[in-house]
Amino acid sequence: MNFNAPDIDYAALSPVIALTGGICVVLLAGVFDRVRRAVPLLTLLTLGAAAGLFIWQWGERKDLVAGALRLDELAVAVALIAILAAAFCVLISVREPAVSQAGSGEYHVLLLGSVLGMTLLAQAQNLVSFFIAIETLSVPLYVLCATNLRRAESLESGLKYLIIGSMGSATLLYGLAFIYGGSGSTDFTGIAAGIGKEGVLGDPLVLVGIALAATGLAFKISIAPFHQWTPDVYQGAPTPVTAFMAVATKAAAFAVFVRFFDVALAPEAGDWDVALAVLATASIAVGNIGALGQDSLKRLLGYSGIAQAGYMLGGLVVASEAGINALVFYLAVYSLMNLAAFAVIVARERETSFGDEIRAVEGLGSERPLLAWPLTISMLALAGLPGTAGFIGKLYLIEALVDGDYTWLGVAIAVGTMISLAYYLRVVAAIWMRPAEDTAVTAEVPAVAGASPEADPIDADAGGRWYLVGPALLAAAATVFFGVIPQPLVEWAEHAGAALSQFLP
Amino acid sequence: MINSVLWTPLLFGILGLFVPRRWAGWVVVGGAAVTLGLAIGLLAGFDSGASGLQDTVDVDWISGLGVSYSLGLDGLNVFLMMLTALLWLPAVAFAAMRQPDRPHLYFLMLALGETATLGAFLAQDLLLFVLFFDLMLVPFYFLFGAWGQDRPDGTTAVAATMKMIVYTLIGSLLMLVAAIATAILAADGGQLSFSIVDLQQNVLSEGSQRWIFWFFAAAFLVKMPAFLLHGWMPDAYRAAPLPALAVFSAVLSKVGAYGFLRVVLPLFPDATIEFQEIVLVIALASILYGSVMAFTQTNVRLIAGYSSVAQLGFITAGIFALRPDGADGALLQMVNHGLVVAPVFLIIAVLAERAGTEDLREMGGIALRAPVLAAMFLIVTLATLAMPGSANFIGEFYILNGLFQAKIVFAFVAGAGMVLAAYYALRLYQRTMHNRKPEPIDSRDLGWRDAAVLVPLVGCIVALAFYPQLVLKRTDAAVGNQLRQAQRVDSNRPLTWQRGRESEAASISDSARPSGSGAAAS
Repeated sequence: MNFNAPDIDYAALSPVIALTGGICVVLLAGVFDRVRRAVPLLTLLTLGAAAGLFIWQWGERKDLVAGALRLDELAVAVALIAILAAAFCVLISVREPAVSQAGSGEYHVLLLGSVLGMTLLAQAQNLVSFFIAIETLSVPLYVLCATNLRRAESLESGLKYLIIGSMGSATLLYGLAFIYGGSGSTDFTGIAAGIGKEGVLGDPLVLVGIALAATGLAFKISIAPFHQWTPDVYQGAPTPVTAFMAVATKAAAFAVFVRFFDVALAPEAGDWDVALAVLATASIAVGNIGALGQDSLKRLLGYSGIAQAGYMLGGLVVASEAGINALVFYLAVYSLMNLAAFAVIVARERETSFGDEIRAVEGLGSERPLLAWPLTISMLALAGLPGTAGFIGKLYLIEALVDGDYTWLGVAIAVGTMISLAYYLRVVAAIWMRPAEDTAVTAEVPAVAGASPEADPIDADAGGRWYLVGPALLAAAATVFFGVIPQPLVEWAEHAGAALSQFLP
Repeated sequence: MINSVLWTPLLFGILGLFVPRRWAGWVVVGGAAVTLGLAIGLLAGFDSGASGLQDTVDVDWISGLGVSYSLGLDGLNVFLMMLTALLWLPAVAFAAMRQPDRPHLYFLMLALGETATLGAFLAQDLLLFVLFFDLMLVPFYFLFGAWGQDRPDGTTAVAATMKMIVYTLIGSLLMLVAAIATAILAADGGQLSFSIVDLQQNVLSEGSQRWIFWFFAAAFLVKMPAFLLHGWMPDAYRAAPLPALAVFSAVLSKVGAYGFLRVVLPLFPDATIEFQEIVLVIALASILYGSVMAFTQTNVRLIAGYSSVAQLGFITAGIFALRPDGADGALLQMVNHGLVVAPVFLIIAVLAERAGTEDLREMGGIALRAPVLAAMFLIVTLATLAMPGSANFIGEFYILNGLFQAKIVFAFVAGAGMVLAAYYALRLYQRTMHNRKPEPIDSRDLGWRDAAVLVPLVGCIVALAFYPQLVLKRTDAAVGNQLRQAQRVDSNRPLTWQRGRESEAASISDSARPSGSGAAAS
């Protein structure tokens, strides 16, 4: 009897190994007083190492771990987005009350654990690894949402996310089981072969499975009508965590959404595309209308994220290479826009007593131009105005949609964008068009200002700190840069689509 | 050269951020002056005999999406480029003399506005055009919102601006979808290209043209604004700071009319013919409604605003006559109206400073000790009402001539609009400058600095009145090109009642020529 030692591709697994190793180091470092201050730095190093190894593996297309994972440009692209978001999160978490309350080591380990789940999810090519990865990314997030221990909203947000997230996971798992039952395979390519014969509509088992799995995923990406948790959780969670959640979770979940639908279910694209198109439209409508009356910037961005997820889902609906390209491009752009906005919100939360209300950014234009510009650019880009990468992203998506005979969804995106202007520009108006009267630094007595006693202390200089201003400026500059010179990012996104082209119909 | 015309304003606007507040405005004025110099250089080198594009720049911008950075000049846009460069300079200078607060941002936005508008005129790639068209809105959002005036009845400048943005972007976002659809349908699975010249080669099927036509038309009609889509205009005009409003009303509204000529007519000829009468009805409604509103309003800004609605109605009617005369006249009239309305708004600013109000009922007698101001205003007024001898007269004459050839009934109604124009223009002049002077009004003549801004502008109006051929000679060939497609479609249609009486239209014998040879025609 011969024994074939499994062939382990260490090079391709190296980013995952680096992240896992980094988790151990950071956790240990958090225990010892002497090195505790180095925890953020170690986290950044880990993320940097993982990013470097991923970039090193750029261009590879191979199955790993007996086909459970697949390393290709889509996986790497999305993993890089998640790592970027995590690095931003580490920076804007410096001096965040949640970090000291939860313990610096624990906070950063949870963050890294979630990133690990995301990188795995982006590579998952098997129902089992898919589910394990999505849980690996979710469980740390449930905890992270509740790390601001002294604020009831944070705890509530964590609990809410836990309950709804578990619902989503359960639905997903249920669906996956159906699909396995219907197709006889857990492997994505095996599923494609298994259900190819009768088609989805001929097989109720698979049909129910797909519906349930799509529902579960829609929970994670916050696609309407499975979005109700989003604004509440976004608002309650510590803002750096919200930023990370809004950007990275969405990217990773979209990656697996793409892989699941455009690989496992690609042959039946004609059966599910209408359903996804309807979900996308619902999301665009609900997100944009919901955001209109919001006074909390985090809730506003939560609703805007629902709408943006609807736009991005459009890239999936057409099941084409152009659609995937557009989706990946938009994900990257979406991350930059949101990270810039959240960095500014964090700064204002710390230096005013208004928390994340729109009032907190009133008069920002004359008071702190270095924060005002990033937030302005971010809002204009989210609204898809030209000169920013947001415009190119919308252009890319609409082009893919029209090309895939979904012009009406392109029109829906245009209509949604119009509605969205009302709330994005409201923020811009607050920044530049209202005088800074008694905001900000002057409101130094939180106890009198009606804030609850557990309010976090005010740091009057937060708006000038490099670890907040730097990331905000960087993300905003990148948003403008890719709006003027989009070609590099377009080519980058094209690789991701090309990686899946062999599976597409 | 064409690149430097486009980007010089923005460059100086950014430079202006790094100088002390007092100088920020003057740096941008310098930028506008350099731009004007460069634009004159381009005009001087413009070969009026050649049809087709000149001074072109064409580089791949986003090759994956088929978008190229492509600029070019022809008879259609050369004078609109000149108009933009010419009007921005006095507007910026006028603002710089008055030192708005937060000058860095103010002048950056004015400069960005110039670059965006020039970009919309110069772009030869459909998507680039849409991009600049949308971009124009951003600086004016800031200018109107942050430096606008709130009204006593509680309408804030921000709210008024918001209304404007929503109106205009409804049109332009649909236009984005329409532009993409045009390119994709025209490529038909082949190499995607947004180049307007390329798109002219493969005209879409009639069914697709129908809906795409309206998506474009909505964007352009809102921008003008045309009747029924003008809801944003009264609020925004009352809120806007006057120097910004001068260029906004004079130049940005022309982008809409220009869009019809550049994009809609050549790319969607079947739909243009099909909907010709609907658009003409909208245009006539704009003329009548605008005129009637202009002589019932008492706010001087709104008088100028509604008169613009009427004038843009004329221009639209001229374009949709689909006759070379009409389109020539429309193009001339775009330049005329721009030249006229910008000084009107600057004069309104001067008057408001003297009267302390913008209400016509409380003004009067300003001419008493202000002969230069009165003379300037009188010339502008007479040009507005298209007095024979002014270039506006020539423009309107051409428009009506084209309209007579095409749809005689429409021409009669449009002619009535000219009469109304005389009424509201003279009313504005009389009520502000003549009559007894109410006590608080200060009748002062123009300061030398304001005169330095206004007198050259008025000089341009006079010069163009003497020599309108300057424009007409250079636009003729290009206008013919733009109309060729529509005329070809028209001549292939079964004869309708009015075709019999058009000996002249039949003489445009190149109508039978295939579309592709348009650029080569001399």
